[in-house]
Amino acid sequence: MPLSTSILLTIALAPLVGCLLAGFLGKQIGRAGAHSVTILGLLVSCGLAFYVLYQLVWGGAPNYNQDIYTWFAIGKYSASVGFMVDRLTAMMMVVVTFVSLLVHVYTIGYMADDDGYQRFFSYISLFTFSMLMLVMSNNFLQLFFGWEAVGLVSYLLIGFWFKRPTAIFANLKAFVVNRVGDFGFLLGISAVLYFLGSLDYNTVFAAAPELAGKTLQITANTQWDAATVICICLFIGAMGKSAQVPLHVWLPDSMEGPTPISALIHAATMVTAGIFMVARMSPLFELSQTALSFVLVIGATGALFTGLIGIVQNDIKRVVAYSTLSQLGYMTVALGVSAYAGAVFHLMTHAFFKALLFLGAGSVIIAMHHEQDMRYMGGLRKYMPITWITMWIGSLALVAIPFTSGFYSKDAIIEAVGESHRWGSGYAYVCVMAGAFVTALYTFRQMYLTFHGKERFTVVAHHGHGHHDEHDDHGHHKPGELAHAPHESPWVVTLPLILLAIPSLLVGFFTAGPMLFGGWFGSAIHVDEANNVLGEMAREFPGALHKGLEGFASGPFGLVLLAFVIQTYIYLFNPALAGRIKAALHPLWTVLDRKYWIDDLYFAVFAKGGQKLGRLFWKAGDAAVIDGVMVDGTTALTHRVAAGMRRLQSGYLYQYAFAMILGLILLLGGYWLFGSMPAAQ
Amino acid sequence: MFTHLLSLLIWLPIVGAVPVLLAGSARPNLARWLALLFMVLTFVASLFLLPQYDAAQGGMQLVESHLWIASLNVHYGLAVDGISVALILLTTFVGILVVVGAWEVIQNKPHQYMAAMLALEGVMIGVFCATDALLFYVFFEAMLIPMFILIGVWGGPRRVYATLKFFIYTFLGSVFMLIALLYLYHRAGTFDLHTLAALPLTFTEQMWIFFAFLLAFAIKVPMVPVHTWLPDAHVEAPTGGSVVLAAVMLKVGTYGMLRFILPIVPDAGEHYAWLVIALSLVAVVYIGYVALVQEDMKKLVAYSSVAHMGFVTLGIFIAFLLARGLGDVDTARLGMQGAMVQMISHGFVSGAMFTCIGVMYDRLHTRQIKDYGGLINVMPWFGFFYVLFAMANCGLPGTSGFVGEFMVILASFKANPWIAFFAAFTLIIGAAYTLWLVKRVLWGEIHNPHVAEMKDINGRETFVLLAFAALTVALGIWPEPLIHLMDSSVTQVVQQLAIHKI
Repeated sequence: MPLSTSILLTIALAPLVGCLLAGFLGKQIGRAGAHSVTILGLLVSCGLAFYVLYQLVWGGAPNYNQDIYTWFAIGKYSASVGFMVDRLTAMMMVVVTFVSLLVHVYTIGYMADDDGYQRFFSYISLFTFSMLMLVMSNNFLQLFFGWEAVGLVSYLLIGFWFKRPTAIFANLKAFVVNRVGDFGFLLGISAVLYFLGSLDYNTVFAAAPELAGKTLQITANTQWDAATVICICLFIGAMGKSAQVPLHVWLPDSMEGPTPISALIHAATMVTAGIFMVARMSPLFELSQTALSFVLVIGATGALFTGLIGIVQNDIKRVVAYSTLSQLGYMTVALGVSAYAGAVFHLMTHAFFKALLFLGAGSVIIAMHHEQDMRYMGGLRKYMPITWITMWIGSLALVAIPFTSGFYSKDAIIEAVGESHRWGSGYAYVCVMAGAFVTALYTFRQMYLTFHGKERFTVVAHHGHGHHDEHDDHGHHKPGELAHAPHESPWVVTLPLILLAIPSLLVGFFTAGPMLFGGWFGSAIHVDEANNVLGEMAREFPGALHKGLEGFASGPFGLVLLAFVIQTYIYLFNPALAGRIKAALHPLWTVLDRKYWIDDLYFAVFAKGGQKLGRLFWKAGDAAVIDGVMVDGTTALTHRVAAGMRRLQSGYLYQYAFAMILGLILLLGGYWLFGSMPAAQ
Repeated sequence: MFTHLLSLLIWLPIVGAVPVLLAGSARPNLARWLALLFMVLTFVASLFLLPQYDAAQGGMQLVESHLWIASLNVHYGLAVDGISVALILLTTFVGILVVVGAWEVIQNKPHQYMAAMLALEGVMIGVFCATDALLFYVFFEAMLIPMFILIGVWGGPRRVYATLKFFIYTFLGSVFMLIALLYLYHRAGTFDLHTLAALPLTFTEQMWIFFAFLLAFAIKVPMVPVHTWLPDAHVEAPTGGSVVLAAVMLKVGTYGMLRFILPIVPDAGEHYAWLVIALSLVAVVYIGYVALVQEDMKKLVAYSSVAHMGFVTLGIFIAFLLARGLGDVDTARLGMQGAMVQMISHGFVSGAMFTCIGVMYDRLHTRQIKDYGGLINVMPWFGFFYVLFAMANCGLPGTSGFVGEFMVILASFKANPWIAFFAAFTLIIGAAYTLWLVKRVLWGEIHNPHVAEMKDINGRETFVLLAFAALTVALGIWPEPLIHLMDSSVTQVVQQLAIHKI
C-alpha cells in the first residue's frame, strides 16, 4: 500500500503536539499530564514509523517523495517542505522514534524529582520532531532546518540545569562549535544550488553526474574540483554535528545535560545526523575520491585518538561520551571507504547499544545518588542486577563480541577498510584495529570499576536526608558517602534497558546480511562499482551464523581478548597496578587527561582571541579612528576654525583699521607686481 | 475611498497626533487611548493595501498625484509597489506595539511622546509612498524631527550628545542627497522618480550622484564606517524610540538605495558595487567582533543591527554582479528578495530584542550585562521570548532571521564564492555574540539581589512580545506569502538595474 501524506505528517507532528502541550500548558496538565501527552505522541509516531518500515520492506509500497508546501518560489529557484521516505529514511525514523520513546519512559524515573519535569518532556519531544524533519526531508532546505533545530534543542538540553556554570558554558560551546560546522554546511548547500541549480534531493542527485569536470574559481590561478568542494563543505557540517576531529570538543562537555538526553541526542540520534547526511548524499560523495579520503582520515583519527582519552576518564558518563566519539569515527571511516551501508548499519546498532550504555550509566547514577565518579563505585552488581546485566550486554556489543549486533557492524567496517585501496585506507586500518583494542580497554575498565571489585563507597545513615531537589548534585555529601544503600532503579528505568538490550544483542544477527550485503537500501544509497568494497565482501559473506563463528578467530577479537585479560587482571586481581601504570606513564596520562590540549588551545585562540580582536576593533576602529578622528575630529576642527575666526573679530577699531590698511597694501602691491601679467598673455 | 488610501495612511496618524497632544498631561490615559486608537485605525487601513494592491501585476499602484509647487514642478506624488506595501505594513504593525509597549513606561509627558510617535509613523509611511524625489526628501528629513524629540526628551543621560550626533550625521548625508537631487532636477526639469529613472546620464555624472546618494542612505542604514551614531542613539533612546529606529527607520536607508541608486545611476552602481559589497561584508565580520565585546545590551543589539543590515545591502548590490555581470536575473532576484525579507524580518527581530531590553531596563534600570544573570529563575516566560528572539537573531531556521540571510548567501555564492564565505561567517559570530549575551543575562545563578525581585512579564508586555514572536515564527515557517507580495516588484527592480544608461 503506498504511503500516505497524512501518515507521514502524523509521524512528524505528533511529537510536536506533545511538545507544545507539555511546554505551554505544563502547569495546567501537571507532571503526569506532561509525560502522558508526550509519550502518547511518541507512541503514535513510533507505531506509524514501524508501519511505514513494514510497508516499504514487506508491503511493497513504493518510495514516497512529495512536497507538502512551497517555502519560496523565485524564478527558477524554489524550496519546499516535503518528505522523502525510502528504506534509509524509514530505518532512521524507526531508530529515532523507538529510542526516543524509551527515553521518554525512562525520563519518568530519572527526572522524577526535578522541577523542570514538564519542560524536559517538552524539549525531548521537540527534539524528536526536529530529528524526524531532518531525516524525512526531501530537500536541502528542510535538512538544514532539522539540522539547526536539533542543534537548538541540544543547546537547551545541555543547559537544562541552567544554574550550573559548567552546563551553560557547555551549551554555548556546543552551539558555537556546531555553528562552525554549519558554516561549511551552508556553503556546501550554496555550492549545490550553484552547480546543480536545485535544492531538491532527486533533482540534485539526477544532475550530479554533470559535476564531473566542473571547477570552482578560487583565486585567479586556482580551480577546485566542484564535487570535491561540495562534498568537503557538506562534510564540514557533518564534522560539527557528528563531533568529528577537530570539531569534536563540544560532545564530551555536552554530558552536563541530564543523562536521558545524553543517550537520545548525544549518542543515539542527533550526533549520527552527519553520518546519515553523508550516506544520503552518497551520489555526490561518490564523485570525489579526494573528499572521501578526507572523510576517511578524519574519521580514522577520531576513532582512535578520542577512544584513547576514554581510558583515563573517571566520570562514568564521560567514558561513554568518548566511546561515542570513537564510534562516530568508525562510522565516518565506513563512509570514507564508500561503505555507506556499513556506516548506517553501525549507526543503527550503535544507537541501540550506546543508548543502553548511557541509560544504564544513568541508572547507576540514580543508585549512587548522583555520584558519577567511578572511583567511588564498585561492586554494584549485587545491588542492581538488571542494570548490571543489560550494561554488560551493551558493553559486549560495543567491543564487538561475535554474534552481538556491534560485532556485525564494526567487523564489517574494519574489513571494508582492509579491502579499500583509497588514499588513507592504510592509516585508517591501523586506527580502526588499534581502536578495537582501545574500545575494549575502556569498556572493561568501566564495567569493572562500576559493578565489580570492592565497594568503594560507604553508606552513612545520618541526618534526615530527603529527596534531592536537584539532580547530579555533588554538594550534599562527601564523595563516596551515600545516605542509603544503592538499589535497583524503578521499572520505568529498567524496562527501557531491557528493551534496548534485546536489539543490542540480536538485531545484527538478523539484519547484517540484507543491510550490509543484500542491497537492502536500494536506491537510497549509491555506490560506484569501482568503490564497492561491501560488494566485494558480499561475495565472501558466509551468512550471519558462520560469520559469527569466524569472528572468534579474527584479529579484532584477539585484541579484545587481550584487553579483557589485561583489564581483568588489573581491576579484579591487582587494583594497585592501575595506579602504578598511571605513575609510570605519567606524561602520556597527562596528554590524554588534558585531551591533547585541544580544548585549551581553542579557548585561548578563539574565545579569548576573539574577544581581544573584538575589543581591538571596537576601541581602535570604532572609538579611535571613526569617532575619534572622523566624527569628533571634524567637530573639533570646526570648533578650532570657528574659534580662530572669532579672534579676528576682536571689536577693536584699530585692529580693523590695521587690517584694512594691510589689505590695501597687499592689493596694491600685488597689482604693482603682477598687474601687467594678464595683459602680457 | 481607496483612491486616497495612501494619503489616508500618511495623514491619519499625523492628524491624529493633534488630539493626542490636546489631551494634555492632565489626561494621560485619554492620550494613550487616543494614540492607540489612531495606531489601530492606521493599521487597519494599511491592511486594505493587501486586497487593493495587485501583487501579480506588480508596478506602482494606488497612484495619487497633485501638483504641489508649480514653479518647481514638484508633485505630491504617491504610489506603492509590493516592497512599499510590505514596509508600510511593518510600520503600522510596529506602531501599535510601540504605543502598547510605552503604556505605563512613559510617565513623563505621555501625550507628547505618543504624539511624536504618531507623527513619526505618518512621515515614515510617507517615505515609503513618495514617488516624487522632493516629496521623498521632505519626508526623509521630517523623520528626524520626531525622533530627535523622542531621544532628546525621553532619552538617557547622554541624550544631548546622542541626539546631536544622530542629527548631524544624518543631516550631513541628506545635504549631499539634496545637491544630487537639485542637479537631477536641473537636468530633467522634474523630481518625478519615474522620469529620473529614464534620464540618460554620463558616467561622471552618475559617479557623483551615486556617491551623494550612497552617503545619504549608507548613514541611514547604517553601513560601516558611518555607523557610529547608531549605538549611541540606541543607548540613549527610550525603548519605543529604539524599536522604531531599528525596526523601521533603518529600512529607509536601504529603501532609498532601491528607489534612487538602482534606477537612476545603474552604471555607477555596477561600477562601485564591489565597494558596497565589501562594506557589507565588513559589517558582518568586523561588526560581529565588535558586538561580541559590548558591555551594554543595547549597544550589543545596535551593533548586531548593523551586521544584519549588512545582509540587506549585500543582497541589493550582488544583484548588480548577477543581473548585469552574469546576466542571471533569477539569482539576482533571489538575492534581492533575500534583502527584502531580511528588512522585514529585522524589523520584527530587532524590534523584539529592544523591547526585551526595555522590559529588563524598566525593572532594574540598567543595561549593563554584568548587572544581570540568572533571569530565567524569576522570569521564565520572559526567558522563553528572549531565547526565541536570540535564536532568530542568530538566524535559526524556522525563524524569520534565517530566511533572508539564507537567500542572500545562496545568491552570493553565484556572484563569488568568497562573498558567500564571508557572509556565512555570521553563522558563527552571530551565534557567539547573541548566545553569550543570553548566557550572561538569562542563565546561571542570580548574583544580583535585585534580580531576584524582578517580576515576570505582565499581560501588556506579553502581548507585545507575543505579537513579534508570532510574526517571527510565521515568516520563518512560511515566507512564501511575503515573497509573493514582493516578487513582481523585485523583478521589476532587477530588470530596471539591468538598463544601461550610457
